[in-house]
Amino acid sequence: MSFDIGLTLLVLAVAAWTIAARETFVAVVGFVAYGLLLAFVWVRLAAPDVALTEAALGSGLTGGLLIGASSRLRRSQSPAAEEAPGVVLKAAAAVLSILVSAGLAAIVLLLPDPAPTLAPQAAASIAATGLGNPVTAVLMAYRAIDTLLEIVVLLLALVGIWSLAPDRDWGRRLDRRGSTDPVSVLTFVAQLLVPVGIIVGIHIFWVGSVAPGGEFQGATILATMWTLASMAGLVSAAAVTRRWLRLVLTIGPAVFLAIGLAGFALAGAFLAYPKSHAKLMILVIEIPVTLSIAATLALLVAGPPERARQ
Amino acid sequence: MSLVLNVLSVLAVCAGAFFFLAGTVGLLRFPDPLCRLHALTKADNIGLGLVVIGLLFRAASPLTALKHVGVWLLVLLAGATVTQLIAHIARPSGPRA
Amino acid sequence: MADFLFAAAGFVLAMVALGLVRVLRGPSEVDRIMAAQLVGTGGIAALLLLAEATGSPAAVDVALILALLAAFVSVAFVTASSRSEVDGT
Repeated sequence: MSFDIGLTLLVLAVAAWTIAARETFVAVVGFVAYGLLLAFVWVRLAAPDVALTEAALGSGLTGGLLIGASSRLRRSQSPAAEEAPGVVLKAAAAVLSILVSAGLAAIVLLLPDPAPTLAPQAAASIAATGLGNPVTAVLMAYRAIDTLLEIVVLLLALVGIWSLAPDRDWGRRLDRRGSTDPVSVLTFVAQLLVPVGIIVGIHIFWVGSVAPGGEFQGATILATMWTLASMAGLVSAAAVTRRWLRLVLTIGPAVFLAIGLAGFALAGAFLAYPKSHAKLMILVIEIPVTLSIAATLALLVAGPPERARQ
Repeated sequence: MSLVLNVLSVLAVCAGAFFFLAGTVGLLRFPDPLCRLHALTKADNIGLGLVVIGLLFRAASPLTALKHVGVWLLVLLAGATVTQLIAHIARPSGPRA
Repeated sequence: MADFLFAAAGFVLAMVALGLVRVLRGPSEVDRIMAAQLVGTGGIAALLLLAEATGSPAAVDVALILALLAAFVSVAFVTASSRSEVDGT
């Protein structure tokens, strides 16, 4: 009990410090620490799937994304500081945050005991899907439409980021200004960690059918490993106009959609799976989807094509 | 037999916790960022290793034990190399002559 | 035994909290970048202890991901920090 109280206080303290930080870089460091501690909280709440996603996506990948944004914004740091929000705006934001938090706390604390939940029904039906992890069953079988829409939203976000590229830079390769020294420590780190990370990513994806894990977490790990290799200068990304890149990006949603439409013919409804082949269909969907999500996330972090700043 | 294993496990975990304490004390008291980095990486990694050893005594299966050791090796490798990178920022010119 | 492991996990987290106070306040960027390593290593130790104390083996997978991502995030911070020095800002 005191463990959980201590953990909660620590998370709140780190969050408060992150908000109060003056520089973007400092705030991002605090945000990453906060995300890693939040993964801990999810483990305490017996939600390891969410903990995996929080550690990988909410903390690691988003941290990489924010730090890239922060270094792009550094040049405009001091002019932006002069436009800091006034006291009235800050007070309004604080009041709104407090109201939302109080509302959420009231809802959670006023739940009847035991809280209403669909978990027993979800767990009872997973035998038909052939899966062992009820969370994956929810994501890929009961609410597969939500997962499909999430993937499409990710693609749309990528298109949004690409739309920020100036016309003249559109065909450039996404060269990150990383170290090109073949014997530098950064190259060694990448050569060491990236293969291990790829194996871990595939493991987390594969084990998701029977244990906490799944395609989003595995794809995120693959994307972060690609970003690491790119920062070390081991790979240089292709230009966004290349056909194979766009093929990798779209094959996941395309396969998902195709199987969804085939569900009309095979089992009578959109995204319905035929009874005996449910697990096979889910696997056929999951593999290209993992590749697509990994590519989408990696390109999201890489940002729009731009001329390398000298 | 299981009593001996439990005692060994407790001892190892306590030793690991002590190293975490030492690392934090070093972090709080050392004057220089590089010294603090040193305390953080070395002491915390040893602490983690001792904790892993303590948990190995209680491992349910060889696969679990292998996973624990794998995590520790990964932390060691990642920590040792990433620390060099961080130290390079603090002193790009290398060791003081 | 489970209580002891639980207490050990709590102790490690307390050490992480103490370290965070120092590291996040530290004036130089090197200090702040260390926060990822600190939470990473300490969090992994606490997670492994928790996994054993509460009998949830999935926490070991979370620890695995924490190890990889702490390293990734540290490299990202270092690259961003050294890039800003080159830019001269």
